Amino acid sequence: MTDRYDALIIGAGHNGLVCAAYLAKGGQKVLVLERSEQVGGAAITREFAPGFKVSACAHILHMLQPKIVRELKLKTHGLNLNGPPIETISLAADGNKLTIRRHNIEGAEVSDTDKVAYTRFIKRMERHARALAPQLLKTPLRLANAGFGNVIKLAGMGWDIRFGLGKKRMRDFLRIIGMNIHDLLDEVFESEALKGALALDAVLGTAMEPRMPGTVVTYLYRLAGGLKSIPILPMGGMGSVTVALADAATSFGAEIRTAALVESVLLEGGCAVGVVFAGGEEVRAPTIISNADPKTTFLKLVGARNLEAGLAHRISNLRTSGRAAKLHMALNSLPDFTGLEQDALGNRLVIAPSRKYLEHAFNHSKYGEFSAAPAMEITIPSLADPSLAPAGKHVLSAIVQYAPYDLKGGWDAQKDTFVERVVDVISAYAPDFRDKITTVECLTPVDIEREFGMTGGHWHHGELAIDQMFMMRPTYGTAQYRTPIDGLYLCGAGAHPGGFVMGAAGHNAAQAIIAGDK
Amino acid sequence: MRAQYDKEHFRKHSLPTPFYPRMAELSQDSSWHCWKGYLSADYFENVELEYFAIRNACSVMDLSPMSKYRIRGQDAEAFFDRMVTRDMSKLKPGRVGYSVWCNDQGKVVDDGTIFRFGEHDYRLCAYERQYEWLMISSAGFDVDITDETEGVAALSVQGPTSFAVLSKMGLSGIETLKPFGIVHFPYHGGKLMVSRTGFTGDLGYELWVGGSKALTLWDELFEAGKHYGIRAIGTHALDIARIEAGFIQAGDDFTPANHTIRKDHDRSPFELGLGWLVHLDKPNFTGRRALIREKEKGSRYRLVKLDIDGNKPAHASYIFHGRKKVAGVVTSAVWSPTCKQNIAFASLEVAIDDPLNDLWAEIYYQRELQWNRVWQRCRVHDEPFWSPPRRRATPPGLF
Repeated sequence: MTDRYDALIIGAGHNGLVCAAYLAKGGQKVLVLERSEQVGGAAITREFAPGFKVSACAHILHMLQPKIVRELKLKTHGLNLNGPPIETISLAADGNKLTIRRHNIEGAEVSDTDKVAYTRFIKRMERHARALAPQLLKTPLRLANAGFGNVIKLAGMGWDIRFGLGKKRMRDFLRIIGMNIHDLLDEVFESEALKGALALDAVLGTAMEPRMPGTVVTYLYRLAGGLKSIPILPMGGMGSVTVALADAATSFGAEIRTAALVESVLLEGGCAVGVVFAGGEEVRAPTIISNADPKTTFLKLVGARNLEAGLAHRISNLRTSGRAAKLHMALNSLPDFTGLEQDALGNRLVIAPSRKYLEHAFNHSKYGEFSAAPAMEITIPSLADPSLAPAGKHVLSAIVQYAPYDLKGGWDAQKDTFVERVVDVISAYAPDFRDKITTVECLTPVDIEREFGMTGGHWHHGELAIDQMFMMRPTYGTAQYRTPIDGLYLCGAGAHPGGFVMGAAGHNAAQAIIAGDK
Repeated sequence: MRAQYDKEHFRKHSLPTPFYPRMAELSQDSSWHCWKGYLSADYFENVELEYFAIRNACSVMDLSPMSKYRIRGQDAEAFFDRMVTRDMSKLKPGRVGYSVWCNDQGKVVDDGTIFRFGEHDYRLCAYERQYEWLMISSAGFDVDITDETEGVAALSVQGPTSFAVLSKMGLSGIETLKPFGIVHFPYHGGKLMVSRTGFTGDLGYELWVGGSKALTLWDELFEAGKHYGIRAIGTHALDIARIEAGFIQAGDDFTPANHTIRKDHDRSPFELGLGWLVHLDKPNFTGRRALIREKEKGSRYRLVKLDIDGNKPAHASYIFHGRKKVAGVVTSAVWSPTCKQNIAFASLEVAIDDPLNDLWAEIYYQRELQWNRVWQRCRVHDEPFWSPPRRRATPPGLF
């Protein structure tokens, strides 16, 4: 049988779709295989109560790479990036909220010194982030057996840091890069409320707390991804992004098949030559690209026994245990947050009153418990896009930390207690909150794993920490999208540069495949 | 499997093996070294006498410190087939196979023998400890791995009269045991396993028994061997024999890949002259991709057997092309008393334009603390220096 397709992509998540679009645009015949009925992977909008719709995982769009939007003409495929820009409001129980904008802050409790310091700090961090940013849309370099191309890349990375930053700033970069965000913030600010809110950005979606080394890297990484975009709540939810991507991919000629559960990668003579569906049907193609996380790809679809022992071992040792839960609530009307006007509710509301609060929240998760007082990132997307809820009603979407994947005693018995805990915490900031709730959906890491097939329920497909970044993502030997199995590539968040709705991994994988990277 | 040692065992650097009481009586100078945590004799009385017991009579060496692992389970064959370089589907129950195993980079982790007891039951014997690597390699396979190092005592009985000694001991049927075969005997309420294997390149057997039967085995063996020149030997004598037989030794002729830190200080099977063990037509085994690449691009090193002029062993000598350009280093060297040759293994850097017909060893040796140096010509030897027909004869002769 001759191959009808040049490439098969396992998973129609946003990275799979970006990869499909680029390959199809490059003239390849691409078939995308999605296990659920709907494209988008975890970047979908779905109904959780009659008439109430919400982004299933990530809810704020702040990192989608403008290069991808432009090159794939996503706006002509229906992507609406005109949602109102949002700012961060750190909630305080006494109503003394703190507003954090890109380059300035506002808050009754914050000193003038801190206000000046913030502007200086964020510009300093953005400059550092700019030294990292060029790496996001590049294939990571190889250190072992580095050929000439890799030496050039290494030199380029060094150049960005040395000459992009200049001598003084490079020194600063190298000094802080291994630090923790807790200590760095102490060097700069007085206000604990401000430090708490900024520290949350360094640990959101991770299994880290602010005193852990490496949290400056995660903070800079987040900045680097969002340098060129304005954070918005996408109209129609996160699903609108993947619907536009799917539309773009198909317009370039890619085919998408939903309800197609791939059970394994077909191997012949140690090379990937196709996929096998749950029903036993096979489809063949010379290039197989996996948008699934690395553990699923290598240990389930390929199988540890078909890998070499060292790689199988490194993959099974990846830290993929998620500690963030997603909470969706249907509200019969808007809650009244103390000290917050109604029109401010459309912003990004965070509950991270201090770094100690984050540390305490984290401590529980170390011992397999969920936080007694969790930290949160809350949005009410129905304010900007009323179509997400029935008229006059609203949806609330919150990322809640920390909710460990491997909860002692299991989630089934404790999920209700956890939801109660979250409602209690929010009620401290919005006293009438409890009365507004009509339906609650809670996605723990276990639910996220089950629903979206992400091992450990980690929505970055594996902890995004310095030891699992760049040429170590997911691990050395397979960090350049090409895996050691001939014909098999990675294009998901488990590859560089990782999660968020960036599309960069899909973009980079497609470039590597087109370039025939070895 | 934790054994019988008392809680205070950690106060001793090396543990005694089950044969220690008998060996201690024989050891004239108490000359021991530590073999992976166990006491192992350098020699008992005289290295030359012990060596000649291997070649002319019957030698007995304590193999108990050898790392021994039992691998059982539905996937045992598939597990080995993925771990080692050889095609393991060819190893039938009741047979033993020699192989090497590599890391992902195609560098040798260790070599050893694999005993297939049954369809799903194997034992791996290796010089180095391998538990961690076995566990790493077992992910995705339905196998159960047990460390049997402490529980199983073993003796290597090697030399021309070894068959006669075992027959005298009453191990009937052993005459039909072919090289690399396994046979089991009931033994004082336990079991005795005999394999026709060894590290001497001569007629010989290895005897495996539960630790509690070890001393009985030793006594019966020495009683049966009384008139056959039986002698306990240490590792010094064995080292001479194994070099004659062309067997490489981890730690001497290559550094196990999991112990090397520096780049290119490890060796692939091709670089150790073990290409015949590498079955690249298997769809997957650890190191396969790297070895295919190496085969295409060429190896960096080659291990050669050298026959060197003169009689000064070329320990750690540099080998030169035409006495000018360094070609490599000697990894093992000895004067072979049986072949009457000055022999060595050397690891040479592979360079296409360097022919192997003008190799020289620069040998340093001492006389009354005075260092001397000689240049000796070396000839590459393709075959083992010592491989007598009696090694393979079945039934073996009654020498």
